[in-house]
Amino acid sequence: MKLVMAIIKPFKLDEVRDALTGLGIEGLTVSEVKGFGRQKGQTEIYRGAEYAVNFLPKIKIEVAVTDEILEQVVETIQKSANTGQIGDGKIFVVDLQTAVRIRTGDTGADAL
Amino acid sequence: MKKIWLYTLFCLTAGVSTVAVAASASAEVSAETAFIFNTLSFLMHGFLVMWMAAGFCMLEAGLVRSKNTTIQCSKNIGLYSIAGVMYWLVGYNLMYSGVDGGWIGSFSPWAASDPAVTADGFKADDGNVYAAGSDWFFQMVFVAAAGSIVSGTVAERVKIFSFFIFIVILTAIIYPIQGSWTWGGGWLSEMGFSDFAGSTIVHSVGGWAALAGALIIGARKGKYGNDGQVTPMPGANLPLATLGTFILWLGWFGFNGGSQLAMGSAADAVAISSIYINTNLSAAGGVIAAIVLNQILYKKLDLTMALNGALGGLVAVTAEPLAPSPGLAIFIGGIGGIIVVLAVPLLDKLKIDDVVGAIPVHLLCGIWGTIAVVLSNSDASLATQLIGIVSIGLFTVLTSAIVWFVIKLTIGLRPTEEEELAGLDKSECGMEAYPEFN
Repeated sequence: MKLVMAIIKPFKLDEVRDALTGLGIEGLTVSEVKGFGRQKGQTEIYRGAEYAVNFLPKIKIEVAVTDEILEQVVETIQKSANTGQIGDGKIFVVDLQTAVRIRTGDTGADAL
Repeated sequence: MKKIWLYTLFCLTAGVSTVAVAASASAEVSAETAFIFNTLSFLMHGFLVMWMAAGFCMLEAGLVRSKNTTIQCSKNIGLYSIAGVMYWLVGYNLMYSGVDGGWIGSFSPWAASDPAVTADGFKADDGNVYAAGSDWFFQMVFVAAAGSIVSGTVAERVKIFSFFIFIVILTAIIYPIQGSWTWGGGWLSEMGFSDFAGSTIVHSVGGWAALAGALIIGARKGKYGNDGQVTPMPGANLPLATLGTFILWLGWFGFNGGSQLAMGSAADAVAISSIYINTNLSAAGGVIAAIVLNQILYKKLDLTMALNGALGGLVAVTAEPLAPSPGLAIFIGGIGGIIVVLAVPLLDKLKIDDVVGAIPVHLLCGIWGTIAVVLSNSDASLATQLIGIVSIGLFTVLTSAIVWFVIKLTIGLRPTEEEELAGLDKSECGMEAYPEFN
């Protein structure tokens, strides 16, 4: 099992969700996060003075998947969250040791 | 077409009244009727100006950061109340009683005296043209406006009781003394200085007092870096700031319209209508000029500049809202909007921290408006206008600076650095404006 974490543009969330449910993904966790990447934030102007916005708002999605569909999930997120502009985000994949469904006690792939 | 229709209606109405009264239409209002309408004008326009206190409060509450909202609202309702009490206790008579071409009135509380109304009913007399109380009420709400201006500039970094002490002196002593020079029949009015509703006497005075405060209190922590770098601290609630500006705009019809000081004749009613139109057009000119200039300079529409532009236009037309043509009113307001957009970053360069832009809006546009009187009022001279601007400016800056300085040396002006960073809502008021919002 793997945990896929993706940082995406907030307005892309619905597209990513639709694409992933199309793959049969049955659960997804979303958080509102802030961060910076290679552009190191943006500058804005307030009353004639420039100031740096060091952290831009992003959405982080986390989805646990079996090894079989991992590649498909990553590819789906990469395509559905893509605008071709800077700031589209990143996808991270980490090993997932175990998973437990709290209601039934199911473990492993059965819990996903 | 509409004009012809109105003219026909006017002729018909005039014809009917000629038959009914058998006298010229406009001059035949009884003295008591004129008394009632003059009084109504003061009261009605007075509560519009009172409502400007709410406008200032919302504007400032929107332009400070959320951790300084409760104290900003507390300052505004406190200062409005202090101004009213002080103006009764000493302010009004200092401004209007026994000035006689001099520079100060008398130190005594105001008391209503209405010789117009006796046990025998209304007594027609040249001096009895409105209820004394209505005049007091109208003048009282003006002094509160001057106090509100100060509150916005020194926001987010002054202890609330230190601020209140300043407001006591401003509304009881400083504002009334300089007001007596012109409106109280003092030396400036004898020279012919012209300031219809107070571009200088109310707005610049508030602005000068605010400037003295900003210099002596200093900037908010972290606002200006050592290398000339400016760190903007964006306001927490722009819808609230916009509402505040609209409330001020509405209140300004009372501010300028009521300053006609009479509504007992058709001529006065026409004048008040012209004043409303010019007031509105000048504000509109200020907004449009500010929006366009900001777009040219920064490629963005800065809402806070548009709001300041409206107020800049309103302040600029206040010194002479009656005489200008509509086109000239738009021009006067437009220049006000431009002054605001250019002066806000200039103050930052000088490291004068003005949280809501009250110095560009009220001080600089007030000066511009007072000079612009000569564009439409042939009785005003540029030299006299400048003498008024400079003398009132010097007096207000000096007296305000002394008061701010004495407060600084005694009870102090600023909270600790730690309290300022945490927000004054907690240290000064012990409560947050939005406790459930994180």
